[in-house]
Amino acid sequence: MLRTEEMLLNMGPQHPSTHGVLRLVIKIDGEIIREVDPVVGYLHRGTEKLAEDLTYTQIIPYTDRLDYVSAMTNNYAVVHATEKLMGLEVPERAEYLRMITMELNRVASHLVWVGTYLLDLGAMSPFLYCFQDRETILNLFNELCGARLTYNYMRVGGVKWDAPEGWLQKVEEFVLYMQKELATYHDLISGNDIFLQRTRGIGIYTKEQALSYALSGSNLRVTGVPWDLRQHQSYSLYHQFQFEIPTGETGDVLDKYHLRMQEIEESLKIVKQVLDVIKEGPIMGKVPKVLRVPEGEVYTGVESPRGELGCHIVSNGKNKPWRLKFRRPSFYNLQILPELLKGENISNLVAILGGIDIILGEVDG
Amino acid sequence: MDLFFYLGPIILMLLLLGFVTYAILFERKVIGWIQNRPGPNQVGPWGLFQTIADVAKLLLKEDIVPGKADRALFKLAPIIAFVPAFAILAVIPFTESWQFGDFAVGLLYYIAISSITIIGILTGAWASNNKYSLLGGMRSAAQMISYEIPLVLSVVGIVMTTGSLDLNDIVLAQKKVWFIVPQFLAFLIFLIASLAELNRTPFDLPEAESELVAGYHVEYTGFRFAFFMLAEYVYVFAMASLTTCLFLGGWLPLFGLTMIPGILWFLLKFSLVVFSLFWIRATMPRLRVDQLMQFAWKVLLPLSLLNIFLTAIFKEIPVLSSFY
Repeated sequence: MLRTEEMLLNMGPQHPSTHGVLRLVIKIDGEIIREVDPVVGYLHRGTEKLAEDLTYTQIIPYTDRLDYVSAMTNNYAVVHATEKLMGLEVPERAEYLRMITMELNRVASHLVWVGTYLLDLGAMSPFLYCFQDRETILNLFNELCGARLTYNYMRVGGVKWDAPEGWLQKVEEFVLYMQKELATYHDLISGNDIFLQRTRGIGIYTKEQALSYALSGSNLRVTGVPWDLRQHQSYSLYHQFQFEIPTGETGDVLDKYHLRMQEIEESLKIVKQVLDVIKEGPIMGKVPKVLRVPEGEVYTGVESPRGELGCHIVSNGKNKPWRLKFRRPSFYNLQILPELLKGENISNLVAILGGIDIILGEVDG
Repeated sequence: MDLFFYLGPIILMLLLLGFVTYAILFERKVIGWIQNRPGPNQVGPWGLFQTIADVAKLLLKEDIVPGKADRALFKLAPIIAFVPAFAILAVIPFTESWQFGDFAVGLLYYIAISSITIIGILTGAWASNNKYSLLGGMRSAAQMISYEIPLVLSVVGIVMTTGSLDLNDIVLAQKKVWFIVPQFLAFLIFLIASLAELNRTPFDLPEAESELVAGYHVEYTGFRFAFFMLAEYVYVFAMASLTTCLFLGGWLPLFGLTMIPGILWFLLKFSLVVFSLFWIRATMPRLRVDQLMQFAWKVLLPLSLLNIFLTAIFKEIPVLSSFY
């Protein structure tokens, strides 16, 4: 027998498929992974600490930079917590606009995931198709709030800009287009034999594991737990609309793919329903010029494309939070990685890491 | 004749470099069209000078040899990888008269010489003293050796039919019907195995960008890197030429259109093969290492043995034997 030796491989922080600046210190035996040690923090900007010196309105643009793939949801997380602590009423039209943008952002986020995931698996074209469709959404956002990625759109008590003329019409056109377009994605990807072989039975974990690692979002639902904060802690006006919570069966990365594709469909359904009921009206509630949040603390969770995005605010009655804490779903979801990777080979590392769907801006805060 | 003997290879070399330049552009264009984007279009009209600009850039780049690399081997590796790529072109019959080395064992020569490249890749991977390149080199050695076997066995059927290893004879034996028809199974095996030999998607594991960054040439810069790239594209040229000769009737015309010269027919069929290589690249994800080896040994190898067996049987059946 030949003597073999474990090799220490430093994957990242600069690596094409760690989706940013994640560093994985892996011990490999040939191509088999024996141990993984994720090192995070290369993108840490101290958002939570910075927030202590910012007024509530000033915090919003910082949240854009956490999960930069779905900034609308992040905006909402912080304004929602503040509104709850202040007991503010938000006008109906503002809530509807928020829901449209959040759901469109979820679609955009999942499209990024599908595209980059296929890119990780070595297929180049789906990435560009996904980004083309995402581009339509970004253009819609650009028209709405003048930014393509860091929107800074929501405010405590409403939203900053009303929908320009004809915008809602355009959104409806996009929804109809995208509902058809999804079929072509399935044609290209879902039946591809190589894709199925690469993903089926890979990265499986159980419901118990998922719960003990505090996974949320699609990473939890894939194990069969129908947990979605949009229904279970109904925030905004989600309770008015009908949508389903897709769940997985086997919990492998193929299931995650199907789950996220279904979530795109559900999000489009929600947007469609909102478009049917949205009416003219004010977009800002009655909010004082200087926001002084009453003393107390509040925790609210919203369903971001990646899971439960929580925002915990402790206020001492000033115009700045005393302490602000984000429960960043990517960070929590990433924790299960070392356990999943033991005994897998390097190709599967990419498939499993990609399946978790992390955004490093959010992991590192 | 003597003049041709000396000038011919130089002309071929220039043609080949021209091919590589424009194959890269064509590949980027084709993939661009498939992905709804224009592809390179800034340098020169229609992006025609894009590759020239790229090569100029590579020439101007600093030539870096990593501090802990094995300097001698590191510098030797691109040459070992690159020379056989050119050497194999000698036996390709582009037309009836345009072939540089018409030997009786042309096919065998092609296969034997082309396997030398893997030594260059492995040397480069080892000499770089980089973990990613080592993994890429190991993968590529395993892959190329595994897929060489079905590749060779798939053409045995053709050799049995023609009774010759001479590529000229093989082309001439297709006057009646191209070998793609009676040897369709062999054609599929050959196409898949040649994709793997060329390290192209879905078999691009040795340089799997999302896993190994760039695989075996991760430490190479500038012109040494260009040599690896050049070798890769010359192999595309050679493999497409070989496919054309073996299965698509080489320079032989279709529908008796003999007024179109053989070289154009050759080019047409050859371009079709090259296009399909690019097409596959734009469509497919990448296989996993273990699946790759399984596919070679458990699927392709038995199928190619079956093909040999079937060819032998069909040769004896009276009605079919005229095709075999």
